[in-house]
Amino acid sequence: MAVCIAVIAKENYPLYIRSVPTENELKFHYTVHTSLDVVDEKISAMGKALVDQRELYLGLLYPTEDYKVYGYVTNSKVKFVMVVDSSNTALRDNEIRSMFRKLHNSYTDIMCNPFYNPGDRIQSRAFDTMVNSMMMQVC
Amino acid sequence: MEGVTLSEAEQRYYCDLFSYCDTESTKKVASNGRVLELFRAAQLPNDVVMQIMELCGATRLGYFGRSQFYIALKLVAVAQSGLPLRVESLNTVKDLPLPRFVVSKNEQESRHTALYSSDADNPASYSGVIPPPPPGRIQVKKGSVSHDAVQQRTSTDQQESTSPVVSPQQSPPTSPHTWRKHNRHPSGGNSERPGPGPFWAPFSEVQPGSSTSSDPIWSGHSPPPHQENWVSFADTPPTSALLAMHPASVQDQTTVRTVASATTANEIRRQSSSYDDPWKITDEQRQYYVNQFKTIQPDLNGFIPGSAAKEFFTKSKLPILELSHIWELSDFDKDGALTLDEFCAAFHLVVARKNGYDLPEKLPESLMPKLIDLEDSTEVGEQTGEVGYSGSPAEAPPSKSPSMPSLNQTWPELNQSSEQWETFSERSSSSQTLTQFDSNIAPADPDTAIVHPVPIRMTPSKIHMQEMELKRTGSDHANPTSPLLVKPSDLPEENKMSASVKFTAGNTVTDGYSSSDSYTSDPEQIGNAVTRQRSHSGTSPDNTAPPPPPPRPHASHSRSSSLDMNRSFSVTPGQQQAGVVAYPPAVPPRPQPSQGTGPHVHRSVDADGLIAHTSTSPQQIPEQPNFADFSQFEAFAVSGVNKEEEDEIETHSEVLQVEKPSDSTSSLRVAKADGRVEDKAPANVPSSAGKGTTPLAPPPKPIRRRLKSEDELRPEAEEHTQKTGVIAAVLASQPSIPRSVGKDKKAIQASIRRNKETNTVLARLNSELQQQLKDVLEERISLEVQLEQLRPFSHL
Repeated sequence: MAVCIAVIAKENYPLYIRSVPTENELKFHYTVHTSLDVVDEKISAMGKALVDQRELYLGLLYPTEDYKVYGYVTNSKVKFVMVVDSSNTALRDNEIRSMFRKLHNSYTDIMCNPFYNPGDRIQSRAFDTMVNSMMMQVC
Repeated sequence: MEGVTLSEAEQRYYCDLFSYCDTESTKKVASNGRVLELFRAAQLPNDVVMQIMELCGATRLGYFGRSQFYIALKLVAVAQSGLPLRVESLNTVKDLPLPRFVVSKNEQESRHTALYSSDADNPASYSGVIPPPPPGRIQVKKGSVSHDAVQQRTSTDQQESTSPVVSPQQSPPTSPHTWRKHNRHPSGGNSERPGPGPFWAPFSEVQPGSSTSSDPIWSGHSPPPHQENWVSFADTPPTSALLAMHPASVQDQTTVRTVASATTANEIRRQSSSYDDPWKITDEQRQYYVNQFKTIQPDLNGFIPGSAAKEFFTKSKLPILELSHIWELSDFDKDGALTLDEFCAAFHLVVARKNGYDLPEKLPESLMPKLIDLEDSTEVGEQTGEVGYSGSPAEAPPSKSPSMPSLNQTWPELNQSSEQWETFSERSSSSQTLTQFDSNIAPADPDTAIVHPVPIRMTPSKIHMQEMELKRTGSDHANPTSPLLVKPSDLPEENKMSASVKFTAGNTVTDGYSSSDSYTSDPEQIGNAVTRQRSHSGTSPDNTAPPPPPPRPHASHSRSSSLDMNRSFSVTPGQQQAGVVAYPPAVPPRPQPSQGTGPHVHRSVDADGLIAHTSTSPQQIPEQPNFADFSQFEAFAVSGVNKEEEDEIETHSEVLQVEKPSDSTSSLRVAKADGRVEDKAPANVPSSAGKGTTPLAPPPKPIRRRLKSEDELRPEAEEHTQKTGVIAAVLASQPSIPRSVGKDKKAIQASIRRNKETNTVLARLNSELQQQLKDVLEERISLEVQLEQLRPFSHL
């Protein structure tokens, strides 16, 4: 269960960002923003020749004492960043991967919508529903 | 204010109304226009309304909280039924019909707007309010009278936007289909109507009358709406004629979506025939849609590309956001193109939206591609939905747009309430997820989930065989849990074994794929309970309850599967297993287990190590008689024993050897020591007596043992090799035992036990290997990351 999920466009501006504890939203925004540097570092480290082999899942970008940040980048340089609570130890790597897969699938579905202009903020309800299902269930 | 109990229908209805009025989503409704309109629409005397408001406590609070609102609505219903307004009547009146609200026509609304503009917050909001209702507006002269009356008594400071914006509210409860024209008679208290269903029926009765009166008006208005030629409205005149006829002919069954003309139109919307399915497309509608489809794509079996569809639907002048949502709903296969069915669904949704219906959150069942062809035979009055597009000329569309978002807010809530009506909506979403194989390994449909039923090869019985087959077909990741699964299977009767196995397997499977939500909860619980025990024992160290070690068991499939196969098929596994088992924990003839009675084994295992086992072994002998009776516990015992056996295999191999000699008991031990591959044949011999006591004790112990053994075993990679050696030895030694028994029952039991033991041992091995694999994979991943980090330096 993620605490914050963000979709970042190729130009590094957010297309969608949602966090669960709304009071700390700004903090998560900041976290996601700083994590973009790590993402860029990773994808540039791949090297030009390895773009094809580059794995979409970037893994743990960096951990802090409160939470961990995971990254995922698509072939079109759209990035998904997920912040999970460190206390949530039940989350395993595979689960994170599957969550990113779901995100990617939903993002693809959004792209298929002709009414969606790439670069617009994501306002799809289906996407919202999917993201909500992945967020921590905070009453 | 005392609490109020609401029936289910009432609950839904009130919730919808509340959400409708709760324009700011603040969970409390100020005494603003919508609430007032609502009460106006109730057509109650002014003083009654005031009394209601007072009773519900709104005047006290200054606003309508949700409870106050509900109470007020119920009081409205009470008042409309002609009952005295009492607080007690809230809960005492049974079968109270839902409160009824009249919707005034647009003309009246506009007039009221002017009238109340001074009082109203702003005409804009008023007009904003109106658009939603337009669908439900009916020209009711008497309604206007009531409005006037309302106007006069406008004493409250609340804005007096009068249009009884009701239709949308009422529609939600059952999704848009409740568009019944609320042709309320001016007579306030209509006869009571039982329940929501019949609730709308009365309207249908009224409709013919009103429709006839309003038809002329409607037809008069129909031309004006045809301003937009996006939709060929040539159809509308004929349809309008049809509409005129329909009301007379069909009562409940007509859905007539009149032109939504914000200014004047009397929109007559009759409820669709199928109360349950307002989204059905009538023949005329469908034909119209098909014709439109042909204009874009001549081939009816072809696709409309996204760009063309976008252009087409943009003409409807709906906001892009809504069009986007409509697309999401209707593009069932998410391919960016619309088939004929999808196009019809999209068109239908656009039409509905234009007429004021809120968009559903999920595609209604009747609009799903495969169901589009269902015709609503009951529906007669084909609605001039298309007309609706143009119907909302300049005024309507713009006014609608702003209101739409607000309506949209309510829609989700409404939809949720209406989801009960659209049971298939869930399926649509789930089916969509089915296409995403990656994300949800365990799709919503548990049946399709790869439930690798636990190959509980506990017994050579049919169940066992079935399980074996299941396991074979299942994914490998079931393997690690197989030993565990075996146990659970024992627990329930053998009948349930497969079931529980499945569930446990499902659990494990889901765990592995980290998508465990789709499995049924109950079986899961059972399975979880069982698996949990097992997992503690040995399968996935990191998984507490569900998921077995992530690295999907492809690691040791060959071996495990082969082992399983051997196990399953061979009642006297010994030889076969020997060959296959190669690695399974060298089941040294742990002193303990041989007892055959799992429980005992566990106990002994708990003790400590070999010594404990050995010491207890003699004790186990007496228990063996119980062995046969407690197959369930054996499972645990076996698992526990297996673990420990593995532990001890390395260390106590010698002991095992020592144990072997002597009588059946020792043979039992050997069998166990060997890894329980074989049934506890020796146990059988003495065990026939009666296990009685042990059964209860073992289960807990095995768990403990497993934990312990798990910890011990895990770090040791070399165990496997040792185990394999031991297992082989064990297997080899086992066959002889059962034969010696000579008794059919005991022989079977022994073989069963042996097989179980073997299974558990192998399963444990499997899980451990998988765990190791997983660890290695994680290491690999971390190393790769490090490598990547280091790589930049190479570029410098």
